[in-house]
Amino acid sequence: MVTGVPNSISVRDFNVWYGDLHALTNVSIEIPFRDITALIGPSGCGKSTFLRGINRMNDLIPSARSTGEIWIGDRNITAPGTDVVELRKDVGMVFQRPNPFPKSIFDNVAYGPRVHGTTDRSRLSAIVEGSLKRAAIWDEVKDVLHKSAFELSGGQQQRLCIARALAVEPQVMLMDEPASALDPISTLKIEELMHELKKDITIVIVTHNMQQAARVSSFTGFFLSGELIEFDESSVIFTRPHDKRTEDYVTGRFG
Amino acid sequence: MDGAQTRKSFDEELQEMKQDILKMGSVVEEMLAGSVKALRDRDVALADEIIAKDDVVDEYNLTIEQHCLRLLALQQPMARDLRMIAAGLYIIKDVERMGDYALDIAKAAKKLAGMAPVKDLVKIPQMGRIVQRMLHDSLHAFVNHDVEAISEIAREDDEVDALYREVRDEMIALIEGDPKLALRAVELVLVARYLERIADHITNVGERIAYMETGQIRELH
Repeated sequence: MVTGVPNSISVRDFNVWYGDLHALTNVSIEIPFRDITALIGPSGCGKSTFLRGINRMNDLIPSARSTGEIWIGDRNITAPGTDVVELRKDVGMVFQRPNPFPKSIFDNVAYGPRVHGTTDRSRLSAIVEGSLKRAAIWDEVKDVLHKSAFELSGGQQQRLCIARALAVEPQVMLMDEPASALDPISTLKIEELMHELKKDITIVIVTHNMQQAARVSSFTGFFLSGELIEFDESSVIFTRPHDKRTEDYVTGRFG
Repeated sequence: MDGAQTRKSFDEELQEMKQDILKMGSVVEEMLAGSVKALRDRDVALADEIIAKDDVVDEYNLTIEQHCLRLLALQQPMARDLRMIAAGLYIIKDVERMGDYALDIAKAAKKLAGMAPVKDLVKIPQMGRIVQRMLHDSLHAFVNHDVEAISEIAREDDEVDALYREVRDEMIALIEGDPKLALRAVELVLVARYLERIADHITNVGERIAYMETGQIRELH
């Protein structure tokens, strides 16, 4: 297990069931602060279920229930009474397919701050500009802020969605296959952006692309059949993993 | 799908790479045995045969290196596959150097064949036999993923080092007794030194096998 790194997300004996299906079993993990952690594993291994646990998205699935605790800093986000709207402000999420709102580029980014009470026009403009700059898309859209977000390319839409998440200043960013629908250049732009963002934000990314996990992350967790099999520095996972199941998966010898 | 079958063509390519390294090593083994024999038997024709084989080794070196680079670029290997290809790239450099030393021994054999012998050669052929066995065992350990064989290689390297020092001391004594023997004695010290260096390169191969199998770099000498 990784030691000596300040922890941002502390998960203790986390279990998730969908009805009778035990989707995650006793997952404990310390996800390092302001760094990138990748979660890998075959389809159905529980990695996305785990990711959705970190911002309580599983609550939206009627048959889902969970046990165990997830702490972000000194806050137990699995405690009853947790304000999930407030939680999702601190824990942003980016999905596989870019999902901009059917609004202008400006209004997409201003949406979160407005929901959380910012109404001042110049304050909103500053947030929109700052967020688009942090998402490395400002130069491409600064002259067309009032055009529909749907006029952007897929890669631009995804960076817009990242800007939208950044607008409410999250501490954590969850990314579920953020580049799997994008072309290689757009993918590299997202990856480069992640490297910038990790200076301020803890990023957890689920990816099926092993090379991407190796390129972007400092730490990698391998899930199999709902269990966290191995968690270590990515350089260890991809060059000399300790568990044979991890080795079989990362070398593509997995049945 | 059966796990072992998911990367069948890649596995075949890795096998081919390993077999090529084994073939390259076999040529160097022949060069090594032949060059020491040519020295002992004062056989110029054999020495010439050995010298000609160096091109074969260089050709293998280039071909295997290209193959490894192609696998890195096209297959994006991870973990044990990555370690094996990285080990392969290092090992061919060591084996290529061993070939160069065998070539130097063959050249020395040719030079010494034209002069009167200084003494019966015992220790140098003994070193040659040990080094040849070490090379054979190390390359089979690479192909068979046999990390256990490495400690034997390290032990034999110590034996070769000791024999080298004995040859050197004998030759110093010879030169001190009769300075006219100096040229031939120095040539023999160099041959012993080449063999000692070959053994060092073989221990490098052993270190790479250990890395390939365990992921840990381990110094053997």
